[in-house]
Amino acid sequence: MTEAEAHISVRDVTMAYGSRLIQRDLNFDVNRGDIFVIMGGSGCGKSTLLKHMLGLIQPAAGDILYAGESFTHADQATRDRMRRSWGITYQSGGLFSSMTIGENVALPMQLYTHYSGAEISEVVSYKLSLVGLGGYESYYPSEISGGMQKRAALARAIALDPDILFFDEPSAGLDPISSSLLDELIVQLKESIGATVVMVTHELPSIFSIATNSVYLDAGTKTMIAYGNPRELRDHSEQPVVRQFLAREASAPAETA
Amino acid sequence: MNPQAPAYELIEDAPRVIRLALEGDWVQSQPIPDFSLLRSELIALAPEQLVVEDRKLGEWGSLMMAFLLQCHSYCEAEGIALDTRSLPEGAQRLLDVATVVPPHVRPREPRQDRLKQLNPIHLARVAWSDIRSALAFLGDLSIALTRLLLGRANTRFTDFRHFCYQAGPNAFAIISLTSVLVGMILAYLGAVQLKQLGAEIYVADLVVIGMLREMGVLMTAVVMAGRTGAAYAAQLGTMQTNEEIDAITTMGVSPMEFLVVPRVLALVVMLPLLTIYADLLGIIGGGIVAGGMGITLLQYTSQIEGALSLTHLMVGLSKSLVFAVLIAIAGCRSGIQSGRGSAAVGNAATDAVVTALVYLIVADAAINIFYQQVGI
Repeated sequence: MTEAEAHISVRDVTMAYGSRLIQRDLNFDVNRGDIFVIMGGSGCGKSTLLKHMLGLIQPAAGDILYAGESFTHADQATRDRMRRSWGITYQSGGLFSSMTIGENVALPMQLYTHYSGAEISEVVSYKLSLVGLGGYESYYPSEISGGMQKRAALARAIALDPDILFFDEPSAGLDPISSSLLDELIVQLKESIGATVVMVTHELPSIFSIATNSVYLDAGTKTMIAYGNPRELRDHSEQPVVRQFLAREASAPAETA
Repeated sequence: MNPQAPAYELIEDAPRVIRLALEGDWVQSQPIPDFSLLRSELIALAPEQLVVEDRKLGEWGSLMMAFLLQCHSYCEAEGIALDTRSLPEGAQRLLDVATVVPPHVRPREPRQDRLKQLNPIHLARVAWSDIRSALAFLGDLSIALTRLLLGRANTRFTDFRHFCYQAGPNAFAIISLTSVLVGMILAYLGAVQLKQLGAEIYVADLVVIGMLREMGVLMTAVVMAGRTGAAYAAQLGTMQTNEEIDAITTMGVSPMEFLVVPRVLALVVMLPLLTIYADLLGIIGGGIVAGGMGITLLQYTSQIEGALSLTHLMVGLSKSLVFAVLIAIAGCRSGIQSGRGSAAVGNAATDAVVTALVYLIVADAAINIFYQQVGI
């Protein structure tokens, strides 16, 4: 793995809320074109790590770099410029409830492109078709189901053809069919637009079917204890707790030993 | 390399087989061809098959995909076979993904008649249903309060204490400011007029009677409607959005007892206390203006002593009880009946304040007329 391939580099990051330590000494790279999964038990700081990567929370120590450029220590203007090539979907969608689905998807384009009004509405209907929501432009988020809201949020996230797509629990609260369709969609979009995908999830079927790389955050030791392809980690990780997490075993071999 | 302008060309290969050759860079700085032009050309040619061809296609992105998607839906609708095999692989795949699910057609909703909204009968019906729902809410509240008196309500004392603190001590600063200023305004208004008669000393009477009977309680209620009434609506509206109210209901607890009663009671207890506080500060504010006009502190206080009466105080306090119930009902009702989502919560808060203010003014007028009729 060379430095040039690394799209996102997390270097010696320590996360803390005030004096409460969440995770320390995080060091890993997300390579260009990866589908990278942040795993870990509940409360280990997965979503917190994602928020650090998005710059919503400042790390207590360390640095996060995008394509070799520091994001953590950048000024607001640089951060905004870097964020423009990201697409983000939040755990509960994050759609603006006072706007229709179409207006939600159109907003980033109105803010950051020079598309004409007609072009925007054409691209909006194309983006919504990509997530299987063609024709839903005039609906408000409250008028469609939770799964549809997640897909609409994805349409908004890909509005500007991002380089990096971030997902916070994309399939949480979806039925298995919807969630596997969403996984497939994420892979298709990633391949077609050539983006890097970073997601927080603990849906094992998703992890094994689409992830190419991952990091496991441990709540007990408060640091990362595994890094690599989740399928390999399941079979060959040195950490029993990681194998157990990925094999979905209830009793901990480490505890019984 | 400079980007090439995006363009297309239609070539007739065989009768009814048309080739759509794409070229150039389909990126945002370039003039993207308009699909409606292509459509009119296609209508003229009436092809059976349309073959999309990549001829010197440079960069492409969402704009080209949007163009192709329109092309696809047109071909679908007209029964034209569309062949996209020569497109770049990524574009082909994206087009496949975008066309898997046929577009949804929104069912037509009955159109709202705009004129109907001005129709007095319609307006009266809306007002009547609003009054009915307010009365129903009041009825539910009465039932909950009765159960509370019988000791059977699921109302938590800690909630009540918390809301008392929010509605009372937390409001001191803003009530202090407004009531001192209202006292000064009253004194100033009166002073200008009374001076013409040489009766400046009666400024004290004006301030005392004005604050105690009317302005102290009304201003406090207006501030509390904006402060606490809106907060109630926003809290309950957010709880509605988060399905907290559903959770409370399915636990077998009445939201009325659990959420509304402590809020109403807190305001009923705190508003009269705040009113007394506001009256006091208003009189002090009036004293500041009176002092500026050359009335000594002794004159002012002895004049106040003459004007003060328990009747005036009780008139104000009785109003404050009514106002407290009205503000709390307006806030809680908007919150409980709020829709889901941030826009709905915003509307609920606005509704709460507007309704509370209307209630306050109407109730104040009604109470004043009543007291005047009975001679208090």
